[in-house]
Amino acid sequence: MAVILKDETAWIKSSSDIVKVRQLVRDWAIAMGFSLVEQTKIVTAASELGRNALDYGGGGEVRLEMIQNELRRGLKVTFIDQGPGIPDLEQALKDGFSTGTGMGLGLSGAKRLVSEFEIDSAAGRGTKVSITRWRNT
Amino acid sequence: MGDLLLVTIQVDMHDQLALTLQDDLTERISRTSARGVLIDISSLQVVDSFIGRMIGNIAAMARMLDAETVLVGMKPAVAITLVELGMSLAGVRTALNVEKGMAMLQNSLKGKETFGRNTQG
Repeated sequence: MAVILKDETAWIKSSSDIVKVRQLVRDWAIAMGFSLVEQTKIVTAASELGRNALDYGGGGEVRLEMIQNELRRGLKVTFIDQGPGIPDLEQALKDGFSTGTGMGLGLSGAKRLVSEFEIDSAAGRGTKVSITRWRNT
Repeated sequence: MGDLLLVTIQVDMHDQLALTLQDDLTERISRTSARGVLIDISSLQVVDSFIGRMIGNIAAMARMLDAETVLVGMKPAVAITLVELGMSLAGVRTALNVEKGMAMLQNSLKGKETFGRNTQG
């Protein structure tokens, strides 16, 4: 079981907040000693998910957590919105699937950039997405 | 040979700003009759799918306005991340730095001019 060593919450209400989330995740990843490529991957994944929360969920909450299990330390970023939710998760996770103006790479692309990806959503219930990148200690 | 436009992106752009840049640049290509566009992203630490799409759009719009686009200065970590994200920017020419990108554009435009003269007689 992972324990939370540190956490911070931010809000996404506009597209400039996505820039702030990128910066925040970058700062945390640097402080945790992630390599430049690892930093870039989790920041990019967070940018995709932050945009989803804004465009489809009408904005929401971002929670950053430094977590630790028996073996290693990780950075977990969770996006929570109270939007309409995703009726068909399986379809939403496919490359190229989009109901908006994007390329449909948001969810599937973000998933490829991290170690762990969890999503909880249903029609009318909002969306909660968590991504984690572990680093070996 | 027409003018070349050099665009250096130096800040982490929010989405609306990226769209404004796309529109402004397209308008500028037309107004200046530019034949080449060099986009320098060497200051960018992150290129996500939105910015990637904007770059692809600029290249496509420029092509329709008879201008060529070369993207220069992408950081290796950005290239690795973009490919894993699923966005390989097919259709966008790239060069390692501004100097090489400029040479690429000039060569390519020189080729076009020669071709133009030959076909005219």
